[in-house]
Amino acid sequence: MPDSALLHDRRARAGLLLLAGLTGLALLAPLVAGADPAAQGDVVATRFLAPLAHGPDGHFHLLGTDRFGRDVWARLVHGARVSLLTGFLATAIAVGIGLVVGTVAGVWRGPLGRGLMAATDFALALPRVVLLLLLAALWPPSGVLVVLVLGLTGWMSIARLVYGEAVGLMARPFVLAARSLGARRLRLAFRHLVPSLWTPVTVAAALGVGNAITLEAGLSYLGLGVQPPAPSWGGMIASGRDTLVNAPWVALAPGLALVLTVVACTLLGDALRDHLAGHPD
Amino acid sequence: MLLRLLGRVAAAAAVVLGVVLLTFLLLHLAPGDPAVHLAGPGASAAQLAAVRHTLGLDQPLPLQVLAWLGRAATGDWGTSLATGRPVATMLGEAWPWTAALVLLSLGLSYLFGIGLALLQAQGSARRDTILSVVSVALFAVPAYWLAVVLVWVFSWRLGWLPAFGGAGVDADFLPAGARAVDLLRHLALPLVTLTLIGVGGAARFVRGSLFDARREPFLVAARARGLSGRRLLLRHLLRNALGPVVTLLGLSLPALFSGTVFVEGVFAWPGVGRVLLLGVQARDYPVVMAAALVSAVLVVLGTLLADVLRAWLDPRVRHA
Repeated sequence: MPDSALLHDRRARAGLLLLAGLTGLALLAPLVAGADPAAQGDVVATRFLAPLAHGPDGHFHLLGTDRFGRDVWARLVHGARVSLLTGFLATAIAVGIGLVVGTVAGVWRGPLGRGLMAATDFALALPRVVLLLLLAALWPPSGVLVVLVLGLTGWMSIARLVYGEAVGLMARPFVLAARSLGARRLRLAFRHLVPSLWTPVTVAAALGVGNAITLEAGLSYLGLGVQPPAPSWGGMIASGRDTLVNAPWVALAPGLALVLTVVACTLLGDALRDHLAGHPD
Repeated sequence: MLLRLLGRVAAAAAVVLGVVLLTFLLLHLAPGDPAVHLAGPGASAAQLAAVRHTLGLDQPLPLQVLAWLGRAATGDWGTSLATGRPVATMLGEAWPWTAALVLLSLGLSYLFGIGLALLQAQGSARRDTILSVVSVALFAVPAYWLAVVLVWVFSWRLGWLPAFGGAGVDADFLPAGARAVDLLRHLALPLVTLTLIGVGGAARFVRGSLFDARREPFLVAARARGLSGRRLLLRHLLRNALGPVVTLLGLSLPALFSGTVFVEGVFAWPGVGRVLLLGVQARDYPVVMAAALVSAVLVVLGTLLADVLRAWLDPRVRHA
């Protein structure tokens, strides 16, 4: 599917390159960070160092330090691990549920299919952030909870998309052929439909990852997600907000990282969608 | 048409009822006992039982839901555990603030978004690419971060606008004119935050819709009749492209509301989102219950309105 025509699309190339870069930084975080993200030295001497400054021990701080004298660059690349991992895992859950619900509803079109799609439309109409806040506030905050909650509230648009595609595929000759050869519906769904459904699902997933990352950071910003002192972009923005006047870089750096990540996902998703629709404009 | 509308109203009511049931279920399943919260850790078993009885927590869950719905219907939404104020009063004060913020930013977002998309549709491919990148970037900015950045620039660096609240501390003592100015100054930053993000999404929707409509036969026909320029763009292209946009507008309301919750949190804007946030953080169950309900009603009403608007604008939808 990611054939050469797609790679000729500048949006796809830019998006892939950005995401690969971010993933590389996240994977190699301990190597490229240059400092322990939680290390605090002499707080009074090392706090609020401006970007590109050298600490009293001669240590170079690319993005400066926060109010505890922790290196912002180190926290940023370690935070990337949290953000990307949460985004990918949550989207994997959402894609899993959406794929199953959409395919089953598309193959078993009777009451089962109608019931599933009605449930999907219902869930789609709920304000997601209200559910997120409820779930995240009522249970003790943890990274696992955030992944689960984001996954469980993000599958509906994927289910809708998959359902539409599945209904279309059911009328295609290769499915009719399989049916006339006596394939059961379960086999039809998972041997014949799902492999053809990967392409539209990839688009939804690319857009979903960006959305999940923003929401994860939002929950951490509110203190309902990843707990301090673990580095997370949302938590960094929250703590940087309190020190905006003397150290704006603490809040600015993770926000820019978030924007870059979501832009990369959106560009990739847009390029994929145009490519699949057959009219790259 | 009327039947369709009735169907939509019934679906909207089902969603609101679903939110109530889901919230109840979640509150019930969540770890921690509100009775222990209220009575304190030193309470005896008898005291706990008494608290449970007064809160109605000793009843089976379906009865609790029915009782809550019955009371909610008569306007009794309980008392906030954190502030001791009636929940109905708190939300009654809060919802106009949220509705004003959401409607104003929605209107401005689509005004600027349509303008941006029109610029993209009639200019060079280069201009289209640059503006596409701009709208993707705006669309990607998290609301709470943009809010923090704007506070840094306009409240701290420039000192032009207040950083939080819906009115200054002296607002009650100002003459009407000065009071309006004070309100507008407080509105500026939350509105700009939501609008900037909204413009990104709106421009993306409208551009997609314009480019789709460009491939339609009626546009080819209009061109063949010799039409071009502004008349073609506004009368033929834009009017036809706006139909799907109205539907998307309705579908984007939940997302806009999500942004509003964060923005209200950052700017301490006294709306429903802030009530919900504070309630969630204080585990103030009656407030959370009611705020979830009111936000669901606001979102569902907006979606319904978009549906009706779409049918009114487009005879093909009305008679489908």
